[in-house]
Amino acid sequence: MLISKLSRVGFLIAKELSRGQYTYMSRTRFRQMPCGRYQRSLLELLPETRAFQGAIFQKHRDFSTSASNNASEGGDEQKETISVTFVSKDGEEIPIRVPMGMSMLEAAHENDIELEGACEGSLACSTCHVIVMDMEYYNKLEDPIDEENDMLDLAFGLTETSRLGCQIIASPELDGIRLAIPAATRNVAIDGYVAKPH
Amino acid sequence: MAIFGSRRFLSRSFWSLSPHPLRVCIVGSGPAGFYTAEKMLKAHQGSQVDIIDRLPTPYGLVRSGVAPDHPETKNVINQVSRVAQNGGCSFLGNIALGSSVSLAELRELYHVVVLAYGAESDRVLGIPGEDLKGVHSAREFVWWYNGHPDGRNLNPDLKSTDTAVILGQGNVALDVARILLRPTSELATTDIASYALTALEQSFIRKVYMVGRRGPVQAACTAKELREVLGIKDLCIHIKEADLKITPTDVEEMKNSRIHRRIYDLLSKAAVAGPSEPSSGRRELHFVFYRQPARFLESFDKMGYVSGVHLEKTALKGTGPGKQIAVGTGQSEDLSCGIVLKSIGYKSVPVDGLPFDNPKGVVPNIKGRVLSDNSGDPTLLENGLYVCGWLKRGPTGIIGTNLYCAEETVASVSEDLEHGVLASTASLPKPGRDGLLQILDNRNVRVVQFSAWERIDEEEKRLGSLRNKPREKLTTWEELLKAASE
Repeated sequence: MLISKLSRVGFLIAKELSRGQYTYMSRTRFRQMPCGRYQRSLLELLPETRAFQGAIFQKHRDFSTSASNNASEGGDEQKETISVTFVSKDGEEIPIRVPMGMSMLEAAHENDIELEGACEGSLACSTCHVIVMDMEYYNKLEDPIDEENDMLDLAFGLTETSRLGCQIIASPELDGIRLAIPAATRNVAIDGYVAKPH
Repeated sequence: MAIFGSRRFLSRSFWSLSPHPLRVCIVGSGPAGFYTAEKMLKAHQGSQVDIIDRLPTPYGLVRSGVAPDHPETKNVINQVSRVAQNGGCSFLGNIALGSSVSLAELRELYHVVVLAYGAESDRVLGIPGEDLKGVHSAREFVWWYNGHPDGRNLNPDLKSTDTAVILGQGNVALDVARILLRPTSELATTDIASYALTALEQSFIRKVYMVGRRGPVQAACTAKELREVLGIKDLCIHIKEADLKITPTDVEEMKNSRIHRRIYDLLSKAAVAGPSEPSSGRRELHFVFYRQPARFLESFDKMGYVSGVHLEKTALKGTGPGKQIAVGTGQSEDLSCGIVLKSIGYKSVPVDGLPFDNPKGVVPNIKGRVLSDNSGDPTLLENGLYVCGWLKRGPTGIIGTNLYCAEETVASVSEDLEHGVLASTASLPKPGRDGLLQILDNRNVRVVQFSAWERIDEEEKRLGSLRNKPREKLTTWEELLKAASE
């Protein structure tokens, strides 16, 4: 009872977040992504190629674009990916296809979505915090392990449907999941310790 | 909003078209500095961002603060080093603000100066005996085991005593306790400084007391660190059952704080699982709640050395909804020990020409904009000067906290550019990096650029591979500067 009430609050916040700031869309569209973004997503996957990042980056970009196109168009490959929608800090909805077995953190980076991953998915930070926007999907996820909960303690703007992006792994039942990236609102204390559950 | 958005866009592209880029200097290359650089480069393409640091090595507390047995926390280095390799960004090490170059000079050279140099000093207790030998700040101890070039001469005495007292129960206190109590075989494969590993291998410390003024509900640590210390192999955990009794106010406090609730649960479970047979030789960790240090005791046999802490018992007093402070009860007791590590908080140090709020230990600011004095008057701004990280909000929070902190500071810079607060200066070309390097060259300051740091990095990794460690840190200024130039 309490939980469902709390989760509604989280949901409403996320909803408000997307609605209230929708006018920002144009801003996001205009934004030219610096090449650092692409380098990051590539290097997350292939750390050993760091030295050659300049050379490979352009290739990688082409590759990931075509791969996601195939996935959304091709009938066969669609079975191996699920549909995921990220709602960015600016409130923009970004639909992407995510291959089975890939974490939402990796998927975000693959698709150039601004989600931090300071510890690179090793459960040592909370920077890939996402809010599952529908309780129905939140309940489909396996319960967080202690280590994930330890990090969620420190997540900024924690809600009852908060998870770490690195711990949500694409599987068939998650097809259609929507994830909000919490935005730092100005009037809230920015210290991780101060963030309170609702 | 849309108009605002496109204005933002225009101001963004302005810098890339301008022959005179926006020149930004960030002081401090820890998480706050690097995140600021990342956000700045993203928001103002074409700007030139220089990150200076007083050490020849970048990454601040990720290198000298994060415990050696937390390698996964250091992964953030992979991401921030990519920022340093961005064409618009330079790391310039071995430049001390205040001695190599003054703040006034930096403000002349750059359109925007962001101070993110953190907190390199300590809060003091201000009680008798604090200067006795054997009383150290936890920061000094952390610098020592992490091979900070200013920390290697600490030489903590771990041989004349079997008991250490740590004052404080935050994460730094837990890090220090863990390093003292963890089997050294588990530390041997980390990037811990080799002299510290040797000293810990020879250490006689068997008992560590962690003293907190308040109770288990108010402990300032986080669950990961607590879970870790509670799980150390062959360690006896001592928690007094009486200390776990809670009041309705405590219950209220826990209701409002998930982290405090979970910390209390962990401590309660550890108390139940508690020590069965304290066998000899087994290491012990004692959580001491509701005690505050009143004075340090001097040894009878060794003049000038600490031999214990005189503790006053405390009780909690409500000061507002969900807020309780510790007040002394007048009752006291002595706790014998041979070494004390004060883990009561870091403190920032001001530089010449910088407004500073001494009681709070931060630079007075509004959303990162530095205010001219402590009156809080938002119109008295230091043009072009900003703060981020611990210098801005005090020494709390985790690495990720700096993300939001940097976002806020960079948003302030962007707004000031848009509203013309900075435009009048920005339309003037500034010398930036070239001017800085010229001044430093005249003063014979040897700048360590990122490529030179990479040589240090290579050398440390090479030395580490010989000992099955991820790296063997170079821990003196000489070694670091030598490796940088080779």
